[in-house]
Amino acid sequence: MLTFALKRALSMIVSLAAASLVIFFAIEVIPGDPAAYMLGMNASEDTLAALRSELGLDQGMAERYVGWITGMLAGDFGTSYTYRTPVAEMVGERLWISLPLTLYALALSTFVAFPVGILAASNRGGVLDTGIMGLTQLGIAVPNFWFAMMLVVIFAINLGWFTAGGFPGWEGGLLAGLKALTLPAIALALPQASVLARVMRSALIDTLHEDFVRTARAKGLTRGQALRRHALRNAMIPVLTIIGLQFSFLLAGAIIIENVFFLPGLGRLIFQAITQRDLIVVESVVMLLVFAVILVTFLVDLAYAAVDPRLRRGR
Amino acid sequence: MRGLVLGGLIAAIFTAAALISFLWTPGDVTAVDIANRLKPPGGAYPLGTDHFGRDMVSMVMVGARVSIAVAVVAVGIGMVLGIPLGLTAAARRGGLIDEVIMRSNDLVFAFPALLIAILITAVFGPSALNAIIAIGIFNIPVFARVTRGAALALWSREFILAAQVAGKGRLRISAEHILPNIANTVIVQGTIQFSFGIISEAALSYVGLGAQPPTPSWGRMLAESQTMISFAPHLALVPGLSIVIMVLGLNLMGDGLRDVLDPRLRKRRA
Repeated sequence: MLTFALKRALSMIVSLAAASLVIFFAIEVIPGDPAAYMLGMNASEDTLAALRSELGLDQGMAERYVGWITGMLAGDFGTSYTYRTPVAEMVGERLWISLPLTLYALALSTFVAFPVGILAASNRGGVLDTGIMGLTQLGIAVPNFWFAMMLVVIFAINLGWFTAGGFPGWEGGLLAGLKALTLPAIALALPQASVLARVMRSALIDTLHEDFVRTARAKGLTRGQALRRHALRNAMIPVLTIIGLQFSFLLAGAIIIENVFFLPGLGRLIFQAITQRDLIVVESVVMLLVFAVILVTFLVDLAYAAVDPRLRRGR
Repeated sequence: MRGLVLGGLIAAIFTAAALISFLWTPGDVTAVDIANRLKPPGGAYPLGTDHFGRDMVSMVMVGARVSIAVAVVAVGIGMVLGIPLGLTAAARRGGLIDEVIMRSNDLVFAFPALLIAILITAVFGPSALNAIIAIGIFNIPVFARVTRGAALALWSREFILAAQVAGKGRLRISAEHILPNIANTVIVQGTIQFSFGIISEAALSYVGLGAQPPTPSWGRMLAESQTMISFAPHLALVPGLSIVIMVLGLNLMGDGLRDVLDPRLRKRRA
């Protein structure tokens, strides 16, 4: 298990290094002079030169890359050109909205999808199953940001149960914060829960055909007991895979949903940074998000190996 | 079968509407008609009018152009680049080339389509073309993986062995024997990525990374509707439901195609 973990960790580091190169080159090399890009067309030569040395653009490319990476590793993400504050600080604040939102949605999606998928699998072919499959088909087709807008119309504007947007801050108490994130989390979770419920159902149906389930039934367990005690655990591998994949979709989705609810998270930060040409912020936030995705993939790989020892021997 | 017909019909209707919009729309989508602005659905305007008094039926037809075009071209990019990569990886299974292709795939997978779009937009500025490139790049590893997986299963079959014995090279076998036999799988994946493209285009245009004014797209119509949603909900309902119905249709079509093209699956499901 340890060798497996080390191997995976190594490949994670390689992926991170490659991803950082892609991001660095995309932002810093292709567009020519970032200083000119950030300041616009009418900047004077003096200001340009000043910004160039501030950004370290007078150094070589390799030096800049190393500087950026070592800085990030030490928690120094550079200084935002627009706000003149450390990017790490800005990201830190925003992260406390985007990350809870993502996890909230992931939890909602999982808690809904598990029972729904199990229910469908155990009523396979029945009315309930058909109904659930139809609903999940619909859930997959609904764009989460549009669903979010509909939730605002119904629950915030018409019923007044929630505010239409904004965030009171965690200082206002955990409950107030969670309440502000509830509609966004539901909107994010719906399509993912639909996918997950379908995966749960088909994974369960596949394992219900296995010999060990038949044995369990032969021993006198009811269909439900066999399902809960034996099939469920074995159906977890594909379900775990999807949950891991969903994390990156949810994180990306959160960035978009934040726009619907005017939540001051990473999404708002990055779109503002794009319009203000604050490339340092874009670069760092994208790197951070990619890091999160790669890290979760790594953790899911470890989780598999813990659940299924056969996978430790490589693919 | 019913799903396939229904889904195909939905996709065909929207595509036809987009094509017809080049020649004719019920109302003028470039004219401003303030007297008839924000009309709710009904009467002369079956789906109402927007804040400029433009007929929403016409807007949805014109908006469908960009949404469908972006999704189709992005699927094209994914297929044209992804399928050869997948075929090569499978033909060189376990070799260095396979490893390089698969690891590069993993790398692209670490960038959700949205992040690719953000990077491209930060560099080149927002446009529908950049949305196409972003979704297209995201599609490449999807097709490469599906192709490699399906091709690997074929490489151990007798007819491939026979072709090898006959002296055909890996390239020729991939093109002449593998590709025709995995076409079904790739086509099914294509419809899934098509529907993913529709949703992604809408999301990118919604946050301003896709189609730019004055080009209408379903995503941009949604973005514009947001400030008026409390007094004119139809502005959000019409493009939103268009997306839902189109994506639902494509997904039904994909499921239906899979069942038709792979009879084994049908038997197991029954």
